[in-house]
Amino acid sequence: MPRLSATQRHSIRFTLNGTPVQGEAEPRMLLTDFLRHVLGATGTHVGCEHGVCGACTVQVDGALARACLTLAVQVQGCEIRTVEGLAPAPGRLSILQEAFRRHHALQCGFCTAGILMSLDAFLRAQPDADEAALRDLLSGHLCRCTGYAPIIAAALDAAARLRETAHA
Amino acid sequence: MDSPGDKWVGQSLPRFEDAALLTGRGRYFDDCGTPPGTLHAAILRSPHGHARIEGIETAAARALPGVAAILTGEDIRATTTSLVVGVKAPMECWPIAVERVRYVGEPVVVVVATDRYVAEDALDLIEVRYAPLPAVTDPVAALAPAAPVLHDGLKGNLASERRFRYGDPEAAFAAAAHRVRIDVAYPRSACTPIECYGVLAEYDPGEDSYDVFANFQGPFSIHAVIARALRVPGNRLRLRTPPDSGGSFGVKQGVFPYIVLIAAAAKACGRPVKWVEDRLEHLAASSVATNRVTRLEAAVTADGIITALDWDQLEDCGAQLRAPEPATLYRMHGNMTGAYAIRNVAIRNRVVLTNKAPTGLNRGFGGPQVYFALERLVQRIAITLGLHPLDVIRLNLVPTAAMPYRTASGALLDSGDYATALETALRDGRHDELLRRRDAARAQGRHYGIGYTAVVEPSVSNMGYITAVLTPAERKRAGPKNGAQATATIQCDAVGSVSVHVASVPQGQGHRTVLAQVVADELGLRPQDIRVVTDIDTAKDAWSIASGNYASRFAPAVAGVARIAAQQLRARLTRIAAPLLNVPPEDVVLAGGKLHASGNADNALPFARVASSPHWAPGTLPAEDSAPLRETAWWTPPELTAPNESDEVNSSLCHGFIFDFCGVEVDRITGETRIDHYVTMHDCGTVLHPGMVAGQVTGGFAHALGAALYEAHSYADDGSLQTGTFADYLVPTAMEVPAPIILHHESPSPFTPLGAKGVGEGNCMSTPVCIANAVADALGLHDVTLPLLPATLAAHLHGAEPNAPAAAPKGERLLRGEGQARVNAPREQLWALLLDPDALMAIVPGAHGIQRTSPTDYTAEVTLGIGPVKGRYRVALALSDLDEPNALTLSGNAAGALGFGQGRGQVTLTDANGATIIAYRYEAAVGGKVASIAGRLLDGATRVVISQFFAALARQAAPQAPWWQRLLQRLGLRA
Ligand code: FES
Ligand code: FES
Repeated sequence: MPRLSATQRHSIRFTLNGTPVQGEAEPRMLLTDFLRHVLGATGTHVGCEHGVCGACTVQVDGALARACLTLAVQVQGCEIRTVEGLAPAPGRLSILQEAFRRHHALQCGFCTAGILMSLDAFLRAQPDADEAALRDLLSGHLCRCTGYAPIIAAALDAAARLRETAHA
Repeated sequence: MDSPGDKWVGQSLPRFEDAALLTGRGRYFDDCGTPPGTLHAAILRSPHGHARIEGIETAAARALPGVAAILTGEDIRATTTSLVVGVKAPMECWPIAVERVRYVGEPVVVVVATDRYVAEDALDLIEVRYAPLPAVTDPVAALAPAAPVLHDGLKGNLASERRFRYGDPEAAFAAAAHRVRIDVAYPRSACTPIECYGVLAEYDPGEDSYDVFANFQGPFSIHAVIARALRVPGNRLRLRTPPDSGGSFGVKQGVFPYIVLIAAAAKACGRPVKWVEDRLEHLAASSVATNRVTRLEAAVTADGIITALDWDQLEDCGAQLRAPEPATLYRMHGNMTGAYAIRNVAIRNRVVLTNKAPTGLNRGFGGPQVYFALERLVQRIAITLGLHPLDVIRLNLVPTAAMPYRTASGALLDSGDYATALETALRDGRHDELLRRRDAARAQGRHYGIGYTAVVEPSVSNMGYITAVLTPAERKRAGPKNGAQATATIQCDAVGSVSVHVASVPQGQGHRTVLAQVVADELGLRPQDIRVVTDIDTAKDAWSIASGNYASRFAPAVAGVARIAAQQLRARLTRIAAPLLNVPPEDVVLAGGKLHASGNADNALPFARVASSPHWAPGTLPAEDSAPLRETAWWTPPELTAPNESDEVNSSLCHGFIFDFCGVEVDRITGETRIDHYVTMHDCGTVLHPGMVAGQVTGGFAHALGAALYEAHSYADDGSLQTGTFADYLVPTAMEVPAPIILHHESPSPFTPLGAKGVGEGNCMSTPVCIANAVADALGLHDVTLPLLPATLAAHLHGAEPNAPAAAPKGERLLRGEGQARVNAPREQLWALLLDPDALMAIVPGAHGIQRTSPTDYTAEVTLGIGPVKGRYRVALALSDLDEPNALTLSGNAAGALGFGQGRGQVTLTDANGATIIAYRYEAAVGGKVASIAGRLLDGATRVVISQFFAALARQAAPQAPWWQRLLQRLGLRA
């Protein structure tokens, strides 16, 4: 690990949703602030900055991470995926996003980015996840609007459709 | 659906909002960018529940590069006016502490800097000297004559008291076969939307005007409050909101003190200033629901008919009475008899101030507190009279034939068939089966119970209800207040496309979709053809003091007025089209994107052509229709009259009905409550969008479940906040929230344009008490206090725990411990070290700059990290009871931006063949931020710090042998 001077800005490069990005930040800058305010990728939200609410969840090299507990300098050279990278094309939604819309699994939508990122990774790893497994996963996220029932319904629906497309 | 004749309203269309929100393209406050040159604010907040500010040292912070301004309470007082207080009482309400802090988290200093990181660095450099004062957090204790007084002008802490009397309660009580009473204390809970507050303010000295962009959910009447505080007329305060909101549930009304603060900072700096609240700030100091102590007594006939209620409510609004408080206490005033026909009512309402965060809007607003008492009482009545709770409910429900029904205290219940809704719920919610499940569970010795609740859910508040806090004479002097103005504007542009604007300021409820449905139905268009804008700009948009997102007014009032505006527009369109179609206007039909002659769909004009014609060819139109099509409708229901001479108040326009029942099981071992079956029956009038109504109910249910089982915004007796993070304030997750069974019975409101009533708040009123009743039934409890934590219920299951150790002085977080260490050095050498500042400097973990101020007194600066909170503390240490070289007492206190504490340790030195055994025993009490956000870590952290101290002492006294010697020793060899 290189030693970084705390008082200096450092160049940070990584891949964001498949595109190389670059910016400068002090070592103490959170990944949430870097994504949102340096790169302008505001889809990742901040709900607590202490790792509980899950709103800031992103994928770092395929693994789930709380962007609010990650320093921007830590993802040097990594592949980052955020909610902006989920849709297959502009103007279209992924199977998971469609299911959220169909089931009214979002209201204010502030928690949604993090939940989508978690479900996206989880359903890829465990396409047969049942309700209990999904509830367990979702317990890492707070949603104050929906009461979770429509999120569970959307996740189960998306899982079923993803299995179908995988077999098709 | 595309066939004309069907209605869009009533369908669960996918929301237009969702595509952007699902792809990360939402535009919430912090996504909206800032003007060039914007500075960023951070706020230093009080670690004390109550203290006098003796001095604020800001020089070091000012010297930090990047810091633009530092503002204290004195600075803000010089440029603004106190926020108005809703009761006639001599007290002020500042958005920042002036001279005194009265709750943990109260703003003390605002720092403005080039970025937020620098602003927070500067906070660390500010020294505030506090003289702590005794604090009071319990509303009953706050009324005691000896209680510390929060606002000197008030003499005591009682801010308001009123008594009301309807019918003849004394006679009813005198004649009653039974009097049944209940005493309850309802705790505080918080809304906690996932997005916190945000404010961006600019000041224009040339025009002496403010431009504010904030995720406020108003303007409400609060616009006037803000303008007055900033000393400008309303037209010099432009307030705008972002297009998307990350939720509110009421609490985003509480942004307004921060609007004043940040606007004042922008004026002081001459630059735009932005502030984003963090979660710790939000939990400590945004705004929460009131806690309330209630004594409620009922007069009951031998058969179980309730003939009178006697309410005594003590409302705790925290450290300040912020507008619109004490509205929580009066929002339900017309509904104090709930869903029941009770003609005699006495009410005593008192408002008290305590050293806690100020209260404000929240989901349910006043309902949870009222229904917790009322519906617990109904269960007590059933038990007292040997009846089934359902029978007491059935006997007392307002009869269907009596609708619309005027309650004793003045509400006009607009519509409903409570009895049918109740019986339908029992049938479709499988009540019989639930009874069998309970019996089977109980036969196995399990703790299973069933709870019931019937509530009336008010919506569309009367702007005049809060004036019931004034006497009729005071009201007369102040002038009447009433109504609930709603407004919508619809316009057609030059190509005939339709835009709608309302001042409803949605907080995630999908208003844009529903409004498109409503307007599409009137204009014969598809919802996707209609563009709806819901963000507000007070400088340009139609709005009134009732505008904003609260009191569940969207479906009944805002969607309703949008329909009226659409009807006005339609009338103009048909007048324009009629001569062109050669039919009278009343024979023009709008359907399928066309205007056509009734009965002849071929005689038609495209909608766009008619709608755009005033732009292109006004000369061909009659003068009264030649202006472009833009209709602003206003609507206020005539039923919302001002409170009358007898204090009768129609506090809300609509009254939905909810009947809930549930089965719960309390675990025999852990005391955990599990919801086994939950049925919630709603009559919210006409349902405009079933998917969104279901979303409001499940969301409200989850909120309420949290309040019932997990959440309490709580304080220690000294005013320290105990729930400062999401790890302490426990919001339920997907693991805890089951899906309720939702049923509907529709009784359209005769008073709203679409027949709709509010629906989003009802479960916050019905569910906490329904669960409490079920738990009371399961365990045979007389009294139930929320939240129903396993630890509380375990005491009922297993008996009280053995006496807990004594509490900390004044209720701070108490830490105790003891231990010993062996040091290979004689006692005299250790003794000398303990009395040597230079040696201590090396020993005390994190110490810099120890100074000896007397032979036995030291001061030092210490930097310590406890969990997530690392901070600097000023420490004073004193040595006493010196018994050289056997024993001494070390006492000290520490204070810093993150908290404060004091402690004592007894140290004894015992000789052990030339080595020394140091034994110690300590007691410390810690308060402030460090206690509220790292409380769970304090014990462990203290043990680590103390053991570090003694390890360092041992090292200092007897420097360790080199590693190879230690290795040989360990192997049993002597070097
Ligand atoms: S913002 Fe990262 S977990 Fe809440
Ligand atoms: S949709 Fe608002 S917090 Fe989840």
